[in-house]
Amino acid sequence: MSDITRNTPGTAEASEAAPTQNGGLLRVLGPAHIWALGVGIVLVGEYMGWNFAVGKGGAYAALIACWFAGILYSCVAMIDSEVTSTVAAAGGQYTQAKHIIGPLMAFNVGLYLVFAYTMLEAANAITVGFLVETVAGMTGHEGLNPQPFIVLAIMFLAWLNYRGVLATLTFNLVITAFAFTAILILFLATSPLFGESPLKHAELMTDLPYGWLGVLAAMHFGLWFYLGIEGTCQAAEEVRSPSRSLPFGTLAGVMTLAIAATLTWYLCVGLMPWEYLGQSGAPLFDAARMSGSTALTVLLGIGTLFATLASANGCINDASRAWFAMGRDHYLPSWFGAVHPVYRTPYRSIIFLVPIALIFALGAPLDQVITFSILSGLLEYTFMPLNVIMFRRKWPLDTIKRGYEHPFHPIPAIVLLCLCGITFFAVFLGYGTQLVAMIAFYIVVSLWFHFRRYRFVQRAAQFTMPWPKPQGY
Amino acid sequence: MARYTPPQQSKLGQIFDVIVLLALTVGALYIPLWLGLAGSAQLHDTVDAPSWESLQQNATMVEQWAKLGFADAEAAAPLITARFDYSFSFFALIAVIVTVLGYYTMMLKLSEKEYRDVIAEKFGEE
Repeated sequence: MSDITRNTPGTAEASEAAPTQNGGLLRVLGPAHIWALGVGIVLVGEYMGWNFAVGKGGAYAALIACWFAGILYSCVAMIDSEVTSTVAAAGGQYTQAKHIIGPLMAFNVGLYLVFAYTMLEAANAITVGFLVETVAGMTGHEGLNPQPFIVLAIMFLAWLNYRGVLATLTFNLVITAFAFTAILILFLATSPLFGESPLKHAELMTDLPYGWLGVLAAMHFGLWFYLGIEGTCQAAEEVRSPSRSLPFGTLAGVMTLAIAATLTWYLCVGLMPWEYLGQSGAPLFDAARMSGSTALTVLLGIGTLFATLASANGCINDASRAWFAMGRDHYLPSWFGAVHPVYRTPYRSIIFLVPIALIFALGAPLDQVITFSILSGLLEYTFMPLNVIMFRRKWPLDTIKRGYEHPFHPIPAIVLLCLCGITFFAVFLGYGTQLVAMIAFYIVVSLWFHFRRYRFVQRAAQFTMPWPKPQGY
Repeated sequence: MARYTPPQQSKLGQIFDVIVLLALTVGALYIPLWLGLAGSAQLHDTVDAPSWESLQQNATMVEQWAKLGFADAEAAAPLITARFDYSFSFFALIAVIVTVLGYYTMMLKLSEKEYRDVIAEKFGEE
């Protein structure tokens, strides 16, 4: 086909528009908001969770895992930027799967997104509670119950999301910038550049305690350095210029995180024995305490709080968009597909996901919640190479206009698939039961969708992009 | 191809579907937890009367443990001696690989079937 079809993202044919949408979402966001959404969700990974990779393989294993996870996410960002800048609609990868692979895949991807983000939100809320409890202990108020703070954090952020996306993501921009700056300040303050440094790498670093098997195992929590950056494309329907803002915001986000992750690793392993670091609840906060500076302790305490709030905030934003998009398409009850008449937010989806986040935040251990989130993310990343390969086959480059074309195809897809395979093995080492439980869950819900739920879904109306017929059909 | 008209789902049916999905979600995380099967197994080497030397901690490490609030080796020993158990059976590994591949294969095949209907209705059969 010689004519390149113009791509008007998110445009549905009027006759097939989803019936439950009361007006559209507002297009008010710019590239900085996309950066804030992506980095805001993920930056908390530097403040907590990544250090479990140290526990699984030692300090050097965590660094190797950090960089390999960085390669994995660079592939994710490249692939995602091409597909999202072309399929720019709420639901992100869910909407991509619906147009490129098929409804069941889309339903699964929608659930991956919702559970990855809702569990991440729960993990953030647990960390808020842990931080409040720790600070209370340090100031002589031992035994403070963290649960009210967990509930309060989730309820406040859900309310903020309910009231409007611009205020929500502007709030994220400010607190994410603060949290990122706090890491830079801690790095500069503890580095040998300005006098005597408290970092003691030579004395604290050890060999790999589990050998190279530990390096593989560390990939499990290595993902936590970057998990959620792909959430940028959830805002596709609310961005003023998706084809420019989404690739820019996502790729800038990955670069920011790679820098922050390396700095975080360098600081923490130079201050704490790996056995402690591998089990710490708030490693950067601990690192600030170890520096001996009260100002840095307060700064990183606030940074940890802001990072967790920014992440939970972004997670509510993303999970609700995916749930909303599935409701709008009748993959879920259409009641969820409504937009608030005044605030123009997917308010029913936002409210519905609050108790789910609370169930997990109040009742499950942090490492289990993180693993649940990582597994959902991992299943999603495994879908991405399949998605982009089919996208290029069904609509070659000269058939539809893309906002961004990623280079070296299919190398990023193959690398991503291989790294996902390695990470599945890493999760299997120790968390195999949860892996099987998750896959069993997705198999059961897939059968439920295919044989029961899909009967309520219109067929052609799902395909809303103004593209030509895919090749091979 | 004739346009497919989906049936209207009753409110009760919608609520039922949401409850099913919720029950499955909560079950996926909580059933392994309730059965005690979740989480990575950590082993602890029992050390009688542990000292910093027997725990292989050098002077700098001891200093850092103290800053973290671990005044003596006994307090730090549970953290220092905790180790993950990475032993596994190849049968379990093969079972997991088959499960993951089977899941994706099933999903791609059923998706393809549904997708062909979508494309046929959207663009018409050729």
